[in-house]
Amino acid sequence: MDGTWRRRDILRLAGAAGGAVFASALPGWAAGRDEDFVFVQLSDAHWGFEGAPNPDARGTLPKAVAAVNALPTPPDFIMFTGDLTHTTDDPNERRRRMREFRELIAPLRAGKVWLMPGEHDASLDAGAAYRELFGPTHYTFDHKGVHFIVLDNVSDPAGQVGETQRAWLADDLRKQSREARIVVFTHRPLFDLYPQWDWATRDGEAVVAQLMPYRHVTVFYGHIHQEHHHMTGHIAHHAARSLMFPLPPAGSQPKRAPVAWDPGQPYRGLGWRTVKATRAPDAFGLTEQPVQRDA
Amino acid sequence: MPEAMNTPPASGRRTVLGWMLAGALAGMIARGDAAPPRVIPVRARRFVFLPDRIALKAGETVILALTAEDILMGFGAPDFHVRADLPPGRTVQVTLTAGKPGTYRFLCDIFCGTGHEDMGGTIEVT
Repeated sequence: MDGTWRRRDILRLAGAAGGAVFASALPGWAAGRDEDFVFVQLSDAHWGFEGAPNPDARGTLPKAVAAVNALPTPPDFIMFTGDLTHTTDDPNERRRRMREFRELIAPLRAGKVWLMPGEHDASLDAGAAYRELFGPTHYTFDHKGVHFIVLDNVSDPAGQVGETQRAWLADDLRKQSREARIVVFTHRPLFDLYPQWDWATRDGEAVVAQLMPYRHVTVFYGHIHQEHHHMTGHIAHHAARSLMFPLPPAGSQPKRAPVAWDPGQPYRGLGWRTVKATRAPDAFGLTEQPVQRDA
Repeated sequence: MPEAMNTPPASGRRTVLGWMLAGALAGMIARGDAAPPRVIPVRARRFVFLPDRIALKAGETVILALTAEDILMGFGAPDFHVRADLPPGRTVQVTLTAGKPGTYRFLCDIFCGTGHEDMGGTIEVT
């Protein structure tokens, strides 16, 4: 049994236990860590969406904000992995939705709130409105011994990172030790999860190849509106749920249509997660959280 | 390996038949009388492909002549490892060979507007 399968087995076991402690790779336990901390991943709010898949379209995001604020201890930071707003062909309406979104998340209690775009925010104007209101679409930051890389695979409507940004990534990675603890945030999956539903990044394989020499890399992403875990070699990829409507498992039905709202179980399939960065360089404790505390 | 590209394990009889067919085809090609691939025109516009259902016979090779009528679109048929950019007003040809019978999805793979996510169709192989 090779290392990949061991890690997959660990993932499977963690899932089966109903918990969500993802410990991939056991060597190097002491590398690159200053102290434990918690961050929150929110994703796919699609602010501006209206329709039967979510009769509480304007209430769900505020409920999630309240739920995050109800955590016993505020997270060190919050990362919102894209599709902050639902797409519109009207540039003015796009900006209006972004401003509303910004006001809605203003009450979030956290050390810092980081944002990144999804294709609904950025693909129709190459990220122009997003940059105007929120700033750069790709960047890095460091926190307590972890190097975080935010990659933009949506501003290009073809759904790719692109040569320029991959060169930027190469420059950034060159400064990192091969033992560095690295977390990558993207909107689309970097692997071919299901290209038939556009669940892929056109040059994702090239990006993963750039990351592969680094021993402790974990990717968090959105886009697919459901919890999903996957390994490419030693790199774990974790997808988050949406805050607007869930999507079905890849290829489980002919069309990628939202899962119908269930009045008996409102907000089912929606949610967010806390991520606890613990001692091992690749170990992140993922806890899936409901939109409402009593849900 | 995508399902559409899989080759089913051949029985001995099928293998013999396959070689006979290949021999006949080779003869036709050598004489220059092989039938050219069927050309299927497909139009793309916000946010539909016309037609959105393409029927093929297993093993058939066709040329899709794709024309975007309004804005830049993409055509992607991942099961066939085929994709192309479709600049508006220009016809782009892609060659596609049907594999096993089944229903395979194609899509617009360049984000083109509010209806983009519903823009797609199926290739029915019988």
